Amino acid sequence: MSLPRSNTATGWLLAAPLTLVLAFFLVLPIIMIVIVSFWGATEFSIYPAFQFDNYKFLFGSSVTWAVFGNTFRYALITWALTLGIGFTVAYFLAFHVRTLTWQITLALICTVPFWTSNIIRMISWIPFLGRNGIANSTLLSMGVIDQPLEWLLFSDFSVMLTFVHINTFFMIVPILNTLLRIDKSLIEAARDGGATGPQILWNVILPLAKPGIMIGTIFVLTLVMGDFTTVRFMSGSQSANVGRLISNDVGLLQYPSAAATSVVLLCTVLIVVTGLLRLVDIRKEL
Amino acid sequence: MTKPKIQYSRRSLLKGAATFTAASTLGAPMIWAQDIKDVTLRQFGTGVSNLNDVAVKVKEDLGFTLEMTALDSDSVTQRAATQPNSFDIADIEYWICKKVWPTGNLQAMDTSKISLFDKISPIFTTGKLTPESVVAQGTAPSTVGFISEPGSKEFAPEVTNWMTLIPTIYNADTLGIRPDLIGRPIETWAELLNPEFKGKASILDISSIGIMDMAMVCEAMGEIAYGDKGNMTTDEIDKTIAIFTEAKKAGQFRAFWKSFDESVNLMASGEVVIQSMWSPAITAVKAQGIPCVYQPLKEGYRSWGGGLGLSANLSGLELDAAYEYINWYISGWVGGYLMRQGYYSAVPETSKAFMSENEWGYWYEGKAATDVITSPTGQQLASAGDVRDGGSYEERMGKVACWNSVMDENQYMVRKWNEFIAA
Repeated sequence: MSLPRSNTATGWLLAAPLTLVLAFFLVLPIIMIVIVSFWGATEFSIYPAFQFDNYKFLFGSSVTWAVFGNTFRYALITWALTLGIGFTVAYFLAFHVRTLTWQITLALICTVPFWTSNIIRMISWIPFLGRNGIANSTLLSMGVIDQPLEWLLFSDFSVMLTFVHINTFFMIVPILNTLLRIDKSLIEAARDGGATGPQILWNVILPLAKPGIMIGTIFVLTLVMGDFTTVRFMSGSQSANVGRLISNDVGLLQYPSAAATSVVLLCTVLIVVTGLLRLVDIRKEL
Repeated sequence: MTKPKIQYSRRSLLKGAATFTAASTLGAPMIWAQDIKDVTLRQFGTGVSNLNDVAVKVKEDLGFTLEMTALDSDSVTQRAATQPNSFDIADIEYWICKKVWPTGNLQAMDTSKISLFDKISPIFTTGKLTPESVVAQGTAPSTVGFISEPGSKEFAPEVTNWMTLIPTIYNADTLGIRPDLIGRPIETWAELLNPEFKGKASILDISSIGIMDMAMVCEAMGEIAYGDKGNMTTDEIDKTIAIFTEAKKAGQFRAFWKSFDESVNLMASGEVVIQSMWSPAITAVKAQGIPCVYQPLKEGYRSWGGGLGLSANLSGLELDAAYEYINWYISGWVGGYLMRQGYYSAVPETSKAFMSENEWGYWYEGKAATDVITSPTGQQLASAGDVRDGGSYEERMGKVACWNSVMDENQYMVRKWNEFIAA
């Protein structure tokens, strides 16, 4: 069907506001970042140039590789854990909670931690996990341990715990959304056909939940890879990820170097997301 | 407060009288007095001295408005270097001045317009507290305090008529400890890496200051002999970072801290028993009823100092107001306020009139308190009989080993620091 000319124009006009907003506030800044990443910097100023020094240093430094490796490690482990927990919670809400009222109520309860800020949710772990914190003193008084556990706080454990705590919700919502759309008669049909519970889960529910899982995955991966506050606070500044590398550079007025790191991070994340989108055609599945 | 310091009150009295007379008889000079009330000076700086109480008092005493913005030291440097139109008065540290002065965003002050110039502590003029003192390593304020003529971008090695910053606030830093959890005397910086405190030590994650604390430790351990701790060679930086990386991998540190509050929490919660710390952080821990000592160490202190600089854009009435403000700043009230927090002021004597005898004795002279010592906000900091850690002004400021600084190899150092954090 071909639209009349005037309709095409209306279409363009309708799309224009969003296009302009995105162009100004998303595309333009990114172009600026890419341009600045080729600039040079002195101690307190930056000057326009076209040089590859920032990238050369970035790729030549072992720190970069270690830090990117660390960022991926955090992202992957957080992803696996949030997926496991997120899917379980969503499954429970979709299939075990019978009434819509309770589904809505319980889903809202999942949002309770979001009533306060991200930072507060993160920092509230510190007194809990500390050497003389609630976790250690409880375990000590129960006689489970006789020395406070040092690795509870300011360690990879605490970083991961906080990541999972903060990000699981972003997994729950999209998965729940896809699970709720699954036609219950499909499951009944599978059961009638003699499929066991695990078989239904693996062959019916999981394939249908893929778009939700993928959206959740994209949320979690991008949030974790772009984070810097969680790693800083929960590792007691002892671990680094790419976000901290960038924030350190910004703090020291090394904008071009920060821009170069950002560009590399952006490309990395884009590659990951493109790869994920190839696995599932979200547009088709929704 | 019954005997206000002569200098200031006389000046303000005269001014007040002059304004009054002018207002009642003439008419013309009145314009100036009216105008200055419309002046707004925009000051920015680090949290330590950007106090709202100061702005309120300025309005009360001088009549004009002072707008304050508090930022962290990185942002302060950035703003002073890149946004000269965004401020009238920069409250910066001396090492920041070394970085920012060459941009030409600040203008030098005519010392003849500074009424108390002669009374400014010699630390900031000749660099020598007493004639026998040696100028400490690092960016000593005296080395970046003067330029030879207006417009010059090079610092003058001696005292001239053109001052870059008017010193406002400074202190001597050392390690903070929890005496109750350590239970033995601590005398040297080397203790920070003592395996006895494995998993219970901390250092600050601000490269320019952290590297100095590291240097104090390495030197105390006898591992490295530095030419100038405030301006290390790449080789010295490598060695210093290597020693600390090894300690980090061995689990010596519980955490690194970046903000004041973090250092307070680490200490108060007992996560850390020995760490680099700032004076008011010690006060904050003590205020919670937890024993904490700002331990004087035999190798001396790492010191820092800040000052007010004038924006190059200031002129005319605003410039006059800025001079008024600076003269007022060192005339005593602010000094008293800061000294009761544990800092020092540039012209210590003038603060005396704004402190009780007990406070002056405790904070400045290092005498035992004769009564309760409270902070300007009313918290109890010490009880009768307590003595300030480190003693008197001369004892503390006379033992400065190194000033906060910015090194020639700064960029190299920063990269190495990032490696240390990522290690």
